[in-house]
Amino acid sequence: MFNIPKKDAITFVLFAIVVLTMPIWLTPFGASYPALLQKFAIYALLAVGYNLLFGLTGYLSFGHAAFLGVGSYAAVWSFKLLSMNPVLALSFAILFSGIFALAIGYISLRRSGIYFSILTLAFAQMSYKLAYSVLSPITHGETGLQLTLQDPRAIDLMFIERGSSLPTSNLFGISMSGYSGFYFTAIILLIGFFIAQKITSSPFGMMLKGIKSNENRMNYTGFNTKPYMLTVFVISGIYAGVAGGLLSITDPLAGAERMQWTASGELVLMTILGGVGTLIGPVIGAWLIKYFENIFSAWNESVLHGFFAFLPDGFEDIVVTISSKFVGEGWHLTLGLMFVLVVVFLPGGIMEGARRIGTMFKNNKDKKPKQTSDSEKQSSDSEKGEG
Amino acid sequence: MSNIKNGVNRRKVLKGATAGIITAGVAPTIFTKGAWAQEFRNDPKGGDVILGFNVPQTGPYSDEGADELRAYTLAVKHLNGEGDGGMLNTMQPSNLKGNGILGQKVTYVTGDTQTKSDAARDSARRMIERDGALIITGGSSSGVAVAVQALCQEMGTIFMAGLTHSDDTTGKDKKRYGFRHFFNTYMTGAALAPVLKDEYGSDRVAYHLTSDYNWGYTQQRAIKDATEAIGWRTEKTVLTPVGQGDFSQYITPILNSGADVIILNHYGKDMVNSLTQSIQFGLRDRQANGKNIEIVVPLFSRLMAQGAGENIKGILGSANWNWSLQDEGSKAFVKSFGAEYGFPPSMAAHTCYVQTLLYADACERAGTLYPPEVIKALEGHKFDGMGNGATEYRAEDHQCFKDVLVVRGNANPTSQFDLLEVVQEVPRAQVEYDASIFGGELGPYEVS
Repeated sequence: MFNIPKKDAITFVLFAIVVLTMPIWLTPFGASYPALLQKFAIYALLAVGYNLLFGLTGYLSFGHAAFLGVGSYAAVWSFKLLSMNPVLALSFAILFSGIFALAIGYISLRRSGIYFSILTLAFAQMSYKLAYSVLSPITHGETGLQLTLQDPRAIDLMFIERGSSLPTSNLFGISMSGYSGFYFTAIILLIGFFIAQKITSSPFGMMLKGIKSNENRMNYTGFNTKPYMLTVFVISGIYAGVAGGLLSITDPLAGAERMQWTASGELVLMTILGGVGTLIGPVIGAWLIKYFENIFSAWNESVLHGFFAFLPDGFEDIVVTISSKFVGEGWHLTLGLMFVLVVVFLPGGIMEGARRIGTMFKNNKDKKPKQTSDSEKQSSDSEKGEG
Repeated sequence: MSNIKNGVNRRKVLKGATAGIITAGVAPTIFTKGAWAQEFRNDPKGGDVILGFNVPQTGPYSDEGADELRAYTLAVKHLNGEGDGGMLNTMQPSNLKGNGILGQKVTYVTGDTQTKSDAARDSARRMIERDGALIITGGSSSGVAVAVQALCQEMGTIFMAGLTHSDDTTGKDKKRYGFRHFFNTYMTGAALAPVLKDEYGSDRVAYHLTSDYNWGYTQQRAIKDATEAIGWRTEKTVLTPVGQGDFSQYITPILNSGADVIILNHYGKDMVNSLTQSIQFGLRDRQANGKNIEIVVPLFSRLMAQGAGENIKGILGSANWNWSLQDEGSKAFVKSFGAEYGFPPSMAAHTCYVQTLLYADACERAGTLYPPEVIKALEGHKFDGMGNGATEYRAEDHQCFKDVLVVRGNANPTSQFDLLEVVQEVPRAQVEYDASIFGGELGPYEVS
């Protein structure tokens, strides 16, 4: 009991340092450019929120993409109708995704297990189809909801003249694209991470873990689990809504395919890849998948030739031909293989791998090496989470 | 209790510290931003000119994407003076010398759009922000084209659209930095209608099956307007979900509807499925109103024709270009593409190849890579010898105006690629329209 706040605080500080220095340490990986940094922060937030539901209660939702989409549409409409201010846009994203999550959660949570998953999947797919076609007047369907020069922007236009080019979202003059946009998303991520920590260590969080370990037992001991489930479902949905809002803030376009079931599936992948139930795991999973999607997919044969140039001529061609199947358009294949390996050998995700390495070090030398302190601490966190 | 308080206090301190780090991180980026405003984004400054090829490498249109990428790499070769030069030799007027763009070598980076707006914008932003791409080009769907075009307008990066057929790309959603060589649904309607009248007469009853998304709506509207103008009646229009594998529930009602022409406003796999199933249901062997039931597929491509196989024989549609055309430009392109890859190019490949050359030529004519000047060089530019006859990039909406092909599925193909025969090259004058009918605004030349 004594150690929990201290541990959480250290985790938070380390996490904050890692997130805020991303522009520096991602440079050698070729991932240090604003667009991807923003995506890293946003999808990490999404994964953290998703883990609150899936990690703590074990309820596998296949419909979180719907909240992501609702959040993005709400933010873009706030830009179009009212103001380019991101805070206002985020408030609307929170409001609408919250209402949406309440409605879907109320119905879906009448069932548990696979039936719950299927219900959420059905709702998300329904939302996607609606946004793609029937609701085209609101969502602009396939082409996506965009800003136009003729938007009302009621609040903004009271103060400034209508410009000749499209406005960008800005927080009192600080542009939300580029690096400043990344820092904005990073701060929201840190706030979200902090709240997730609080929830995990709170009595409410304990209830959720209780639900995960045995919901029936919870019911028999006299707890009504439904309100707890609904609350965490809405919180988790709001996280997704905020992530969607941030997507629109950094890049003001909302497309229907954000709500497609593949987007929900990707989120599940992120969480499982990183480690279900841990706080850091889903974040790492999100970063890995986004990295693969954006960087790995861009390695074409000429890049590979440069990479393997040190090999002898004939051999180089063979190596390039084989490895080109796994990068570029084949990035899904690599990701799939990695996922299979993780699920088979590290059922607890990458965090379990980190924990195993940690214990290996611990057994070799009794003293704890400094560089693994982060994973060490996390591992104890996750052990707690799985209890 | 005191322990928890202690923890909260510590967090507060730490939060203060992180806020400090953040402001320290943000401040430099705010001050350096203005310094870049005088120049344009990704000025190569004498180094290699980097082109960003954003094509679907995965997802439903990956066939088209792969072919687009082949055309792009071929265009880069030709621009750098390698290979046989392709359309560089037939393009008129041409300022391209085969020494790159403005004497600078051309290189490229690639990205995967996945035919999703988000993924396409992500990869476009990567190419612009990280890889230093000077233009973005490619794509095989209108949703992606419109999304990426809007991004490029914000970024001040020229976008040369690939395959996109919706009116919106150069209509409602047109942008100063976006250019489209491909034709659109309005042109398809205007070109097809007279041929349909000649072939099937002027008292027909049409039944539309339409993909339930933006492109489908514009395509249906264009065909409906054009066919009603020649005296046809539209019996019913039915929307079908995208990615529908089984169209039988949509096809059976047609049999008793009294319609005698079925118009399939579908593209890609949807078209392959709906056409195949229509023919399996025996629609073409039946009669209604004393006439044979006919099927029309407004937008045709060879890659789709390959998917539909036998079923495509005798079906009318329209296309931007076909490799069997016998003008000098087409022959030169087909020859060098065939020599490189061993099969003829698709119309997606053609439009992408032409777009790359047009951009390079515009830079040469402008004498600079500065985007606003290049845009001015492209606007209103008239050229020939690129496979479509005399063509003009209209200044008002950045849409290319040229002859449109009405094609028919070949009844006796001589090879596995000889699937479409050109029925008529509908002259440009017949498919032209006023730039203002779709609305939209191009926006400014200079973006900060």
